[in-house]
Amino acid sequence: MNEEALEAVGDYRYGFHDPENATIRFDKGLSEQVVRDISELKNEPQWMTDIRVKAYRHFEERAMPDWGNCNLLESINFENVTYFLRSSNQTEKNWDDVPDDIKNTFNRLGIPEAEQKWLGGVTAQYESEAVYHSIREDLEEQGVIFLDMDTGLKTHPELVKKFFGTVVPHSDNKFSALNTAVWSGGSFIYVPKGVEVEMPVQAYFRINAKNMGQFERTLIIADEGSTIHYVEGCTAPSYSTDSLHSAVVELIAMEGAKIRYSTVQNWSNNVYNLVTKRAVAHKNATVEWVDGNIGSKLTMKYPSVLLKGEGAHAEVISVAYAGEGQHQDAGAKVHHLAPNTTSNILSKSISKNGGRSSYRGMLQVMPKATGCRSKVVCDALILDDSSRSDTYPTMEIGNATADLEHEASVSKVSSDQLFYLMSRGLPEEEAMGLIVNGFFEPFTRELPMEYAVELNKLLELEMEGSIG
Amino acid sequence: MAMNIEMLRVESLHVSVEGTPIIKGLNLTINKGEIHVVMGRNGAGKSTLANVVMGHPAYEITKGAIFFQERPLEELAVFERARAGMFLSFQYPAVIPGVQVGTFLKKSVASVREEPPKGRAFRKELNEAMGQLEMDKSFLSRYVNDGFSGGEKKRLEILQMILLKPTLALLDETDSGLDIDALRIVSKGINQIAPQAGCLIITHYQRLLDHVKPHFVHAMIDGAIVKTGGPELALELEERGYDWLDAPA
Repeated sequence: MNEEALEAVGDYRYGFHDPENATIRFDKGLSEQVVRDISELKNEPQWMTDIRVKAYRHFEERAMPDWGNCNLLESINFENVTYFLRSSNQTEKNWDDVPDDIKNTFNRLGIPEAEQKWLGGVTAQYESEAVYHSIREDLEEQGVIFLDMDTGLKTHPELVKKFFGTVVPHSDNKFSALNTAVWSGGSFIYVPKGVEVEMPVQAYFRINAKNMGQFERTLIIADEGSTIHYVEGCTAPSYSTDSLHSAVVELIAMEGAKIRYSTVQNWSNNVYNLVTKRAVAHKNATVEWVDGNIGSKLTMKYPSVLLKGEGAHAEVISVAYAGEGQHQDAGAKVHHLAPNTTSNILSKSISKNGGRSSYRGMLQVMPKATGCRSKVVCDALILDDSSRSDTYPTMEIGNATADLEHEASVSKVSSDQLFYLMSRGLPEEEAMGLIVNGFFEPFTRELPMEYAVELNKLLELEMEGSIG
Repeated sequence: MAMNIEMLRVESLHVSVEGTPIIKGLNLTINKGEIHVVMGRNGAGKSTLANVVMGHPAYEITKGAIFFQERPLEELAVFERARAGMFLSFQYPAVIPGVQVGTFLKKSVASVREEPPKGRAFRKELNEAMGQLEMDKSFLSRYVNDGFSGGEKKRLEILQMILLKPTLALLDETDSGLDIDALRIVSKGINQIAPQAGCLIITHYQRLLDHVKPHFVHAMIDGAIVKTGGPELALELEERGYDWLDAPA
């Protein structure tokens, strides 16, 4: 990357970009024809084309959400988005076969290295589709299916048809409709009964082109008694014009299964990140969302769990860092539909340099769901007077047997904390970085170690040059 | 006798907090190897003295100057003072949630020392220091001062002091709230660094001085040192209080 590019990128380390060598690029803008073209290009079965078209029509009619950051939402120009861009003709199983510039990008992001060290499988998506995909042989032998979503649809149409859109229907919201209409890429995972996948599998999403729209679709099914840990990372170049990332993620945890889904989203500050993530947990199943939001211009994302079976458990840890020009509207939703279900929600947010973070939460206990327990903790840390933090918690409790706890705090870094650390030899920025790392510690300790180290470095970087 | 090596010199110092004068014309010189004790009523300005020397931003020097090893301190930011060899044991050490003691100590030692500590050598040094202060290893994985008892906080302060090997140690009521055993242990730490450093000990009680032998005891009243003596002054102050030193109305 040349000096000029470096300067333009500023503090954001992943803001570099490659030349755009598209093999297929659709013209900007959205229409029913674009939706049909995507489906045709992918040789999809008719039923998928029909779902897409139906979703597109719903998207056209559906109003924007009237909550969240309405001004920013209204500023999205759907006509200025590229809805499909193929950068490589196939998904490779060997990094050597991936086109050089794309391979170099993933090398710089450390993906092949991480794969060798600690991952059970990797999907690397570049623009609209996966360019690389692999899974460890031993997992394959145990019957674990880990594919990019397009391949999943081709090779396991019956499974996809059975579950696609069952957790997040296209009509859920405007952006789930958009995703269902133009989805491309994402992960498809099926873990057979009783199989415990010990090493995490990872998907990495990279947007490279300007004004790109990335609409990956992920479906994870953990059959009875199985476990899986899925990790996703996201980055994009810094451009002065906006990109749109609107994913849908559906998780299904069958009886006694456990799914952990970890995200560190570090989109550049020109990306709208509007994502619907929802899980269903059947009897005695556990779903954990570990959701970190560091990048993007506007994020609206509330990982949800429907506790459908008795004894199911939900765990949501959501952290957000909102710096200059960023609004992180994040949170969690848990719906207790069955008796004796339990949930924990921990939300931590930091606002700095005029950034805004919002916690938006929903906790619902249905009248029939007796004996439920839930604990919600929201902590916000505001680093200066120009920044903002809001909390929008909603609770709908349908019976009197529920045992609920809710704690919320908003704090500022005290001058005594800074002075204490500085008196031990740390310059102010480093002291601030350490306090911030400590604040996020309940989140980072849940990440795989390599990710935690990376995240801490990232946060320290965010603190640099920021204190007058 | 060896020449005096000046560690701290406070000259006609006046300090205000939010516009209210707290220290009003204080003079004090501490040489290497000297232990100075400052006693006085609550509100006399003792903690202000320790904090202003270390550079707390809430304290404003309105007149006078402070020198560390003959260098004016106004030139040095707080972290540079630490790197130059100054150390403050806090009366109320700050809680840093989520930051483990081990991580914090390593960062701090790496910041202060010219040569960053090597992994194994540092662990050995750390083990020895903790053993000496009768601190359990589990301290290292706890969060800095989070949920610590008063005694645990003070031990952690002394542990840091031993690791950072300051040439000027400011101890602000490090003995308050300690039981006899903890007091003995903390005193051991002070005596260990004292020969190579100048020490300023702020205390309300004579009992610390059963373990640490001061060269000078200063009585501080209303922002100034009004009387200086040897160890016997500490006894006298504890017995008689401070009224006899008040300026006649």
